[in-house]
Amino acid sequence: MSGSLRNIKTIAKREIAGYFSSPVAFVFIVIFLLLSGFFTFMVAGFFDRGEANLMPFFTWHPWLYLFLVPAVGMRMWSEERRLGTIELLLTMPVTTWQAIVGKFLASWAVLALALLLTFPIVVTVNYLGHPDNGVILAGYIGSLLMAGAYLAISAMTSAMTRNQVVSFILAVVLSLFLILAGWPPVTDLLVQWAKPWLVDGVAAFSVMTHFESIQKGVIDSRDILYFLSLIVFSLFTTGVIIRAHRAG
Amino acid sequence: MIKVRNLKKTFGPKVAVNGVSFTVEKGEVLGFLGPNGAGKSTTMRMITGFIPPTGGEISIGGFDIVDRPIEAKRLMGYLPENAPSYADMSVSGFLAFTAELRGLSGGELNKAVDRVIDMCFLEPVRHQSIETLSKGYRHRTCFAQSIIHDPEVLILDEPTDGLDPNQKHEVRTLIRRMGEKKAIIFSTHILEEVEAVCSRAIIIDRGAIVANGTPQELKRRSENAGAVTLSLAEGVAASVTAKVNQVSGVARSVVISESPLTVRAFPGRNGDSGDVALAIGEIAAREKWRIRELHTEEGRLDEVFRNITLPDTDVAKGEKI
Repeated sequence: MSGSLRNIKTIAKREIAGYFSSPVAFVFIVIFLLLSGFFTFMVAGFFDRGEANLMPFFTWHPWLYLFLVPAVGMRMWSEERRLGTIELLLTMPVTTWQAIVGKFLASWAVLALALLLTFPIVVTVNYLGHPDNGVILAGYIGSLLMAGAYLAISAMTSAMTRNQVVSFILAVVLSLFLILAGWPPVTDLLVQWAKPWLVDGVAAFSVMTHFESIQKGVIDSRDILYFLSLIVFSLFTTGVIIRAHRAG
Repeated sequence: MIKVRNLKKTFGPKVAVNGVSFTVEKGEVLGFLGPNGAGKSTTMRMITGFIPPTGGEISIGGFDIVDRPIEAKRLMGYLPENAPSYADMSVSGFLAFTAELRGLSGGELNKAVDRVIDMCFLEPVRHQSIETLSKGYRHRTCFAQSIIHDPEVLILDEPTDGLDPNQKHEVRTLIRRMGEKKAIIFSTHILEEVEAVCSRAIIIDRGAIVANGTPQELKRRSENAGAVTLSLAEGVAASVTAKVNQVSGVARSVVISESPLTVRAFPGRNGDSGDVALAIGEIAAREKWRIRELHTEEGRLDEVFRNITLPDTDVAKGEKI
């Protein structure tokens, strides 16, 4: 067991180094910080609301991640396939899932770092008022889990193709579906012909429903479970896709 | 060390490898020959566990590659075709990464990295990023990765591809030296390489083994193998061939060129090339022929290769594989 942890660590370390030796990580972090600042202050009017919470900050995360996370994840496997390094990696004494988990954790760490660097906003809101820091922490946990779910989906689409653009677009579309599934215009459309349980079922697939409840400070095990199972399912599918490619 | 039995691989309706069997023991260097698309790389990918076989068995040091992949992969070093590597890493960083995946750490890891950097002449580019390297260096970096854990089994897919003649020579020397203690399979298009390095060669065509033997054995299958070639300063073709044909053991002879007059005598089924050469020498002395050259043909691998693999490809067009 310690051997597999070691392999995961080695692969993750290399992957993180890869992110920082290319501009990917820096560009992602800078753009994420700029955009989240722009939406929070300019669009959502953080100061004008006169409320000491981070609602205007977190509200935009599902939409920001929609484009930024696939941009980080798109190279994960497609680049390995394009360069042929996947052959090198998978003929090492490592299992496919060790490689999948290692690469996923590395990319997730980059996303977590970007999220961590938004700390000035927490400082600001604490300076200006008396926010409920428990709710803020819940918001961060929810945001991180959501980023992980998008990332796992990007990993999956990245394993499907050696073309990063295709991988990016597929990931955006799938993530968009997960956002829209709980969006009223879509659920209204479903209501017309589907049974209520089906409508609720589809809406339950939406990241919005789950992210919103966590963001309000309610850490429900069902929401956590939703994000974690989305991650596990997508990574499992990644493994299936990689195996299928190797089998020809 | 390497046992391959009745290996099969199909991609949809296309049969890539069809019933390949062979074994390689320690101290053997097996050359893998064949035209492009014959199934060499596919076979190697199956041996190294990258792609699963459709049928058959592969065992590495007693471990089945499908059932015990991790144990089997531990014993193996692999240089994939086109020598892929992580372009954003430095040479030493890349080698350290692969060493770590091979289970090395600490001082042992540093020693292993230093050893392969030294063996593969990578010292001048040690700290350089791989993407800035020339093809030869890149290739040797990936080669270095395959021997970092001093594996008992080494699978090399075109290890000298893209190297200049000096580098080719270095790599060949390296393979031959390592072949004394390891079981090595390597594929190549360069036939002289097989003679220089291999203890045994396999020719594979359209997914099946069509020849298997030492380079000498294979060369003997050449049309000209064992023929005695005689080249004279001057002489009349007709009279020379007439005399040569009278030599016992000679089945037939042909005129290769008129000037200088060159005649090739083919010994019959029971004829011995040495005896034929001796007899021809005696005739030459008697007839006062002035000999420019008299030698026995060893046979040539490229001839064998063409004879074995070419005729089939024409037929293949008509029939369904």
